[in-house]
Amino acid sequence: MGELLLIIIASVLVNNVVLSQFLGICPFLGVSRKIETATGMGLAVVFVITLSSMFTNLIYNYILVNVGLEYLQTIVFILVIAALVQLVEMVLKKYSPGLYESLGVYLTLITTNCAVLGVALINVQKSYSFVESLVNGFGTAIGFLLAIVLMAGIRENSEHNDVPNSFQGTPIVLVSAGLMAMAFYGFGGLL
Amino acid sequence: MSDNVKQKNKYMKPLINGLIHENPTFVLMLGMCPTLAVTTSASNALGMGLSTALVLIASNIMISLLRKVIPDTVRMPAYIVIVASFVTVVQFLLEAFVPSLHESLGIYIPLIVVNCIILGRAEAFASRNSVGESLMDGIGMGIGFTVGLLAIGIVRELIGKGTIFDFTIMPDAYEPFNIFVLAPGAFFVLSGLTALQNKLKLKSATNVSYNNSDGSCSGDCASCGASVSEAKKED
Repeated sequence: MGELLLIIIASVLVNNVVLSQFLGICPFLGVSRKIETATGMGLAVVFVITLSSMFTNLIYNYILVNVGLEYLQTIVFILVIAALVQLVEMVLKKYSPGLYESLGVYLTLITTNCAVLGVALINVQKSYSFVESLVNGFGTAIGFLLAIVLMAGIRENSEHNDVPNSFQGTPIVLVSAGLMAMAFYGFGGLL
Repeated sequence: MSDNVKQKNKYMKPLINGLIHENPTFVLMLGMCPTLAVTTSASNALGMGLSTALVLIASNIMISLLRKVIPDTVRMPAYIVIVASFVTVVQFLLEAFVPSLHESLGIYIPLIVVNCIILGRAEAFASRNSVGESLMDGIGMGIGFTVGLLAIGIVRELIGKGTIFDFTIMPDAYEPFNIFVLAPGAFFVLSGLTALQNKLKLKSATNVSYNNSDGSCSGDCASCGASVSEAKKED
């Protein structure tokens, strides 16, 4: 149990997926204009990453290792993730239209979110067991949710600030992200 | 004679386009993850840039060759498989011949698969143009991306360690700003460079005046993801 707690703390705060590992930068910069949309995106990512780390772990350990095709992991994982996203979208559309309404738009953007593939690969790299993969995936995704919602909060508040002309738009967002990364760097002392 | 010139232009245009007019890092702002993650030193940046360029060139050629064979409805999964295969090949090549680079780039090598530039060029260029043009587009975009990474890598290594490609540049009295080789430094350097672009009013996806309507993958990655998934929805 202690080990799992360690994995969670490490993946949410210390090795934050966006701010220290630079995975999922694109949605982090692209969909963080409003807290509402950022939350939607974050929740969709939590959903997909948790599911995909489960599936990729099972497929890697029970199929790829058994037939000695570990080197195909990149190809297999990306296909699994793409298929999974489509599947989740279809299932949600059919059984939970409400949830689909709020998450649907973001789900389609997730296939190209490198955090999803990144987590699957990290799980293999660290040879995590099924439960550890699940916890690491969930923690990483919560880290993403935390970072993107915080970012959206900052952007909402700084929208009408007097920003120098050349820093308007992406540059000032990147500066805020840098400051956030500095703050998160402090969590390194936790472990 | 004029035919000859035209012929030459046909191949030079995509090359120059990728290098300058649509530089993937500074103008299109694509592939941000590796841009920020592996630019801690100039040599890492160069290694990542060249690996991506290699995958881009190979997949552009392959997709252009197969553009009439791949059915339109399954083109995205087909592109992804082609790109992933080349990435796996490049990963093995790096592991065999430059193990130190393989070690320091780590997980970011397999992540070349989800780099927007590659799928974006496949969709926007290679699937519509001849092999020769796609090759030149791959070289142009690949070198453009490498130059972009290298620029960020050089700035970060110079300020953060006082060296470039491990050669000491700064005088002994220079106290390196460690923060620039750490995560926050990546954001600050990229922010500074894009601000400079804005200041000089250069064309960029971040410039308000620059309207990116052509190409399915220009602008931010969110729109790239959208175009990929839209293409999938047509299935």
